[in-house]
Amino acid sequence: MLTRAYQHSLNGSSRPEGLPLLEVDDISLRFGGVKALTNVSFTVTQGHVHAIIGPNGAGKSSLLNCISGIYHPQEGQIRLHTGGGQDFRGKDVQEGQHLLTQLPSYKVARLGVARSFQNIELFSHLSVLENLMLGRHIHMRHSVLASMLWFGPARKQEIEHRHLVEEVIDLLQLQSYRHKPVGALAYGIQKRVELGRALCIQPALLLLDEPMAGMNAEEKEDMARYILDVHELAGVSVVLIEHDMNVVMDISDRVSVLDFGKLIADGTPDEVKADPAVIEAYLGSDTEDDEVKDAERRMQERTDV
Amino acid sequence: MAMTATGVHHRSYTSELRLRATRAEYVRLALMGVLLVVVPFVLDNYWMSIANTILIAIIGAVGLNILVGYTGQISLGQGGFLAVGAYTSVILSDRMGLPTPLAIALAVVMTAVVGTFFGLPGLRLKGLYLAIATLASQQIIEFLIRRDYGDFLTGGLGYINVERLGFLGFQVGGRDVFERQWYVILAVLAVLSVVAARNIFRTGLGRSFMAVRDQDIAAEAIGVNLTRAKLTAFAVSSGFVGLAGALTAHYSEVVSWEKFTLEVSILYLAMIIVGGLGSIAGAVYGAIFMTLLPVVIRNVANALESVVPFLGSQLPAVQNATFGLVIILFLIIEPRGLNRLWERIKEYFRFWPFRY
Ligand SMILES: Nc1ncnc2c1ncn2[C@@H]1O[C@H](COP(=O)(O)OP(=O)(O)OP(=O)(O)O)[C@@H](O)[C@H]1O
Ligand SMILES: [Mg+2]
Repeated sequence: MLTRAYQHSLNGSSRPEGLPLLEVDDISLRFGGVKALTNVSFTVTQGHVHAIIGPNGAGKSSLLNCISGIYHPQEGQIRLHTGGGQDFRGKDVQEGQHLLTQLPSYKVARLGVARSFQNIELFSHLSVLENLMLGRHIHMRHSVLASMLWFGPARKQEIEHRHLVEEVIDLLQLQSYRHKPVGALAYGIQKRVELGRALCIQPALLLLDEPMAGMNAEEKEDMARYILDVHELAGVSVVLIEHDMNVVMDISDRVSVLDFGKLIADGTPDEVKADPAVIEAYLGSDTEDDEVKDAERRMQERTDV
Repeated sequence: MAMTATGVHHRSYTSELRLRATRAEYVRLALMGVLLVVVPFVLDNYWMSIANTILIAIIGAVGLNILVGYTGQISLGQGGFLAVGAYTSVILSDRMGLPTPLAIALAVVMTAVVGTFFGLPGLRLKGLYLAIATLASQQIIEFLIRRDYGDFLTGGLGYINVERLGFLGFQVGGRDVFERQWYVILAVLAVLSVVAARNIFRTGLGRSFMAVRDQDIAAEAIGVNLTRAKLTAFAVSSGFVGLAGALTAHYSEVVSWEKFTLEVSILYLAMIIVGGLGSIAGAVYGAIFMTLLPVVIRNVANALESVVPFLGSQLPAVQNATFGLVIILFLIIEPRGLNRLWERIKEYFRFWPFRY
């Protein structure tokens, strides 16, 4: 449990708890003949950890890519709601909504939708600190002349934003890696840095694509703890893709289940667990067999890199 | 102040953000300063001219490294961009009568604009494909200045004679002081360029360039506008290159297309590769190394001529072959360039007498 008092709120959403934050409305995504997603709809509520589960190739990552503007679905809309409450500066914000499906991904990021990737996408030649500072990119001004001068606004800004970054470093216990190039760090640490970079955005919505994949039990527990800290203490809403059912049932408020690109269930963890369609498609199928295949696939992926 | 890095404990972000922390680093900086000051007192005119050439090359190489080494956008258009800077500055100062410093400043802006325009393919293309697109920009610019339609550039001469540099009532003097006076001007501008470039990569702007290089999808996902970042990199880089071009023109006092060929683009690429991609110090080392190398080869060949006459009679061929050989050896021994070599030497002494 966190005891330190942090100065900065990591929650970038100005939405009151319990109101809809993200609406995925009937989206379909095709790659040539492959239907990655078919008529998927669900709603993420402000303040929830919303898990997305499903077998391999079900379309989970594709869905996340649609939300963050990397893929653009052929049909349907994704709406992000903002306002109705106060932002992290304590200012009242008017209600509004943004059509994420029409925005390029950097604009989605500027609305505070931050994410991590399934196959770690860090800036590998840069240090942990530089990676996290890049998470502050959208909050900084980037004038060529001021940068060249350094003394003055550029330096002031670096120091200002460093404070929040240091809080994230503290939160995720990355102190000893601060100046290390991320490319040389262990896999588990890299996953943590990626979470950190997303947090530095002060996300309105945090999208995590298998943040615990490829970790041992202890690392998984740590990561789950960090996610819960972020969620409970900062109040950040999280969309989480995860294969480990124990983790999912433990930490999520709501679960959506995808299978072959279709949404087959959506509800609380208990509802989903009892859903016959889910048992049939996911839990009921020979899970052990799936896990073996999954592990094999992952080892393949790791050696490919 | 601590002598070595182990004794450094920063107490504020301000202190940590300094470029140097240990006394050794400040001593090295002071030595470099002393070296810069001493050079004009010990070198003769011939070597001073080489020093001046190096200073201009440093500005150009730093500019190119911003684009190629830091942003990952390969460019073969360096020669063309140097030409834009050179011709713009000379036409504005000599023909339009603008004060030379203003003409040079406008040449920097002009080259930044042209560089941004030719950077547009970079929004769609990467790697070798972008290299080919920038090769096209080199060929287009080279073709235009060579053909000189309507004799607009050189008035039919094929080259432009440039007036001796003068500004604010100061006039560069004749043979005896020419190189030394230029040295002061170029040294100041080179130092400013190096510091400015170094500063860019201490700030968010420079980090966004490196983010684009390392992982462009992730860069977008944290809110970096790729279009803007790439074009800004092209503009900033070309600005430096334009400055180098303008200085070449005023220093050598003649502008002609032969100085801005594809060969020049490749030479500059060699500088930053040999020096170290993605490092300002590397660009400086590379510029020094690649400018000195042919001179050294020539002097060695001349010295050996009486023993091996073949060296003298075949000088250009020998020069090219040795040049190529040195670069290849370099890339095999230390692919990450001179800067990395220097860092390894520093590390060796830092950990001495331990191996690690
Ligand atoms: N860029 C792409 N081009 C072509 N097909 C794609 C692309 N991205 C995803 N797909 C296809 O879409 C389907 C869903 O893939 P996706 O990666 O979303 O699955 P997933 O649920 O994340 O699986 P995993 O658990 O293995 O990560 C797969 O059939 C995949 O081959
Ligand atoms: Mg996936």
